[in-house]
Amino acid sequence: MRFSAFSLARNALRSLDTWTPHWRDAAPKPAYDVVVVGGGGHGLATAYYLAREFGVANVAVLEKGWIGGGNVGRNTTIVRSNYMLPGNVPFYELSMKLWERLEQDINYNAMVSQRGVLNLYHSDAQRDAYARRGNAMRLHGVDAELLDREGVRRLAPFLDFDNARFPVQGGLLQRRGGTVRHDAVAWGYARAADARGVDIVQNCEVTGFLREGDAVVGVETTRGPIRAGKVGLAAAGHSSRVAALAGLRLPIESHVLQAFVSEGLKPLIDGVVTFGAGHFYVSQSDKGGLVFGGDIDGYNSYAQRGNLPVIEDVMECGMALWPGLGRLRLLRHWGGVMDMSMDGSPIIDATPLEGLYLNAGWCYGGFKATPASGLCFAHLIARDAPHPAAAAYRLDRFASGRVIDEKGQGAQPNLH
Amino acid sequence: MRIPCPHCGARDVQEFSYLGDASAARPAADASLDAVAEAVYLRDNPAGPHRELWYHASGCRAWLVVTRDTACHAIHAVETARAAAAARDLTAGAVR
Ligand SMILES: Cc1cc2nc3c(=O)[nH]c(=O)nc-3n(C[C@H](O)[C@H](O)[C@H](O)COP(=O)(O)OP(=O)(O)OC[C@H]3O[C@@H](n4cnc5c(N)ncnc54)[C@H](O)[C@@H]3O)c2cc1C
Ligand SMILES: [Zn+2]
Repeated sequence: MRFSAFSLARNALRSLDTWTPHWRDAAPKPAYDVVVVGGGGHGLATAYYLAREFGVANVAVLEKGWIGGGNVGRNTTIVRSNYMLPGNVPFYELSMKLWERLEQDINYNAMVSQRGVLNLYHSDAQRDAYARRGNAMRLHGVDAELLDREGVRRLAPFLDFDNARFPVQGGLLQRRGGTVRHDAVAWGYARAADARGVDIVQNCEVTGFLREGDAVVGVETTRGPIRAGKVGLAAAGHSSRVAALAGLRLPIESHVLQAFVSEGLKPLIDGVVTFGAGHFYVSQSDKGGLVFGGDIDGYNSYAQRGNLPVIEDVMECGMALWPGLGRLRLLRHWGGVMDMSMDGSPIIDATPLEGLYLNAGWCYGGFKATPASGLCFAHLIARDAPHPAAAAYRLDRFASGRVIDEKGQGAQPNLH
Repeated sequence: MRIPCPHCGARDVQEFSYLGDASAARPAADASLDAVAEAVYLRDNPAGPHRELWYHASGCRAWLVVTRDTACHAIHAVETARAAAAARDLTAGAVR
């Protein structure tokens, strides 16, 4: 079914059983041109762009659980392109442009909401760093505005401007940044890929690889072997484990990131606000809950739940920035497992094994990358050449010294 | 999470800082570039028991090697990094 104002109105007047499933629950076929491992946002987007941009529709997406159960459904939904380093700026801006026309492209309401992302600064040095970042963005045609204290006060009057330790001096605003409904991104790409013939296979875990010499020619799964011309890995927090099945070691550690939602409130905060003096960021969902988070737990973990010290730290940062938060009740909190790469930047590249391609290392910032990641990974798989916007995301950049370290922290995943 | 420090007893994880996989050993001075890149950047990253380095910054300030299950946070063993290094040198046949 295609969505339009007319189809919505017509179905609203009929009984609800006229709605049809958004994608087929496909059973795996014995062979495909391309198998994508991982039915998160990146895997589904890859399959969609393979079919739409590159005419490769004999594709399966294999998901060990259910679509949207991974990080695509666990993140805090923030999208932005306020990066500074040359390898990153064009990629994240391509992603922002794809977000801006996503709903028309896939005929699905993903609630793309460009409500603005505001990064606060609290010291002269931080202001200078943000001025530099904003200039780098504008040089690449990305929107950025440096606000002073009064500019911030107009947008977010409820912040603690007189905090003695971390006075709010101003902020870097990207108005085109904002939020996107994360579940709808997974569902929308799944539906659009399915409509172009892609098989979306849920409850199908990849447990090994079919090999012919050094070439990968398919996968072993809990639903039997599946042959494939090419295999693309998009397993987010579990990339190391899937790659290990092929004998590969990656420059990645898995760490947990937690997120929090408050009770529902009337509209209170317009955009996304991040605290520059500690790790805390907050926005309000369309249901009214404040959505916020902070640091990763900082040690290797696949537990998909965090520990209390980080919760305490996030709440302390939140209170320092916005004392009114103390009046709210916390409704839910959860954790997700992320691929923290050794330089904090992603990897989209072929592997040393013929037929095996890698999309990994998205850290805590991969949701915003979903459309561009899908497009660039599809380009790499279909053409055997990197997409120009993702040409820096090489697997060998660590050995060759071309790391992309936005934070300048060195090979310390827990500090990125 | 609490880490049982051999010197200080079980202490809150907040007292410690983390340095990652303890098996990533410093390569020899004349090691190849590939071996250096591997030691600095590549990790096994297992879901299960993991030997890792923790520094007891707010306690005895010793470096520890903690064997922790990354799938459930259970801690199986803790030894000082000094003891772990001595054991490694012994198995490598080093003269001390
Ligand atoms: C709490 C939290 C907040 C975040 N906030 C933001 C944010 O505000 N903005 C932002 O840009 N990013 C954010 N991120 C990061 C972002 O969510 C991730 O980087 C991104 O979603 C990862 O890509 P994905 O959607 O494809 O991953 P996933 O949805 O995790 O997809 C990977 C899939 O692979 C499947 N899989 C794994 N192993 C196998 C196997 N062997 N066989 C078959 N399937 C397998 C998994 O089940 C999973 O569904 C956040 C992350 C977390 C955890
Ligand atoms: Zn101690």
